[in-house]
Amino acid sequence: MLRFANPTLFLKLVRWLLPLAGGAGAVLLAWGLYLVFAVSPEDYQQGATVRIMYIHVPAAWLALSCYSLMALSSIGSLVWKHPLADVSAKALAPIGAAFTFLCLVTGALWGKPMWGTWWVWDARLTSVLVLFLVYCGIMALWTAFDDPARAARPVAILTLFGFINVPIVKFSVDWWNTLHQPASVFRMGGPSIDPSMLTPLFVMASGATALMLALHLAGMRTEIMRRRVRTLSQQLARQDGGS
Amino acid sequence: MMDTPHAGYILASYLLAGVIVAGLVLLAVLDDRAQRKALARLEAQGLRRRSSGQTGEQ
Repeated sequence: MLRFANPTLFLKLVRWLLPLAGGAGAVLLAWGLYLVFAVSPEDYQQGATVRIMYIHVPAAWLALSCYSLMALSSIGSLVWKHPLADVSAKALAPIGAAFTFLCLVTGALWGKPMWGTWWVWDARLTSVLVLFLVYCGIMALWTAFDDPARAARPVAILTLFGFINVPIVKFSVDWWNTLHQPASVFRMGGPSIDPSMLTPLFVMASGATALMLALHLAGMRTEIMRRRVRTLSQQLARQDGGS
Repeated sequence: MMDTPHAGYILASYLLAGVIVAGLVLLAVLDDRAQRKALARLEAQGLRRRSSGQTGEQ
């Protein structure tokens, strides 16, 4: 595993892993959409509106997963100064931000017909909004430095500081009274959702996860190339300056 | 299948998801292409990273 920590070897691994993850994501999402619209039943209370769940819940899971992976990469960057760790963290930020944004908007689109409101300042919704703002802050900090190597340390510290919010998002529905429902899949006593809805949910979540992995690998590859371009451009500038 | 007064909310959710996923994929492809071009241009000028034994391994 550590062998692939070398950027050149990692790029070789990406060459076959990227189409695999992308293909798996496309197939799983296509199968998931079939299950959602042709097989899964309507909810006895929410009717067809429950179908928003198959987008909203995977987006929420990925918003938290991306941030957790980013925090792990930040530890790798701070503790081991691993060459791929900050590349991984940087590539994850826009993906995580996009899924958090999707989670917030689909939550509002689900909330309006079911709760009668687009938004309430309850603990779950507010902590997810904070998560989105932290993602935006991290992306802004990456762009504030010319040299990504210099940006890695402050970004890693900010990322780890922001990780405090991840358990708050997860447990907000247990710690406070919220309009948002409590956990119904990953909970003590097992899922409270019927298998006819749980299966399409897991298929959609698996497809979205494979897609996230593909985007992450592609983002890392591009970031490695961007750093090579930067190194060579500096080399060219030195040559031009010396001649 | 979508005989519901809330069909608009459902369609908007899936449409937004499609736009976001397509946007992420498109940005990844365009960024990749731009970096490849820039790297090829620099390497065509004879520039090589000191640490690389060979180039163009991407």
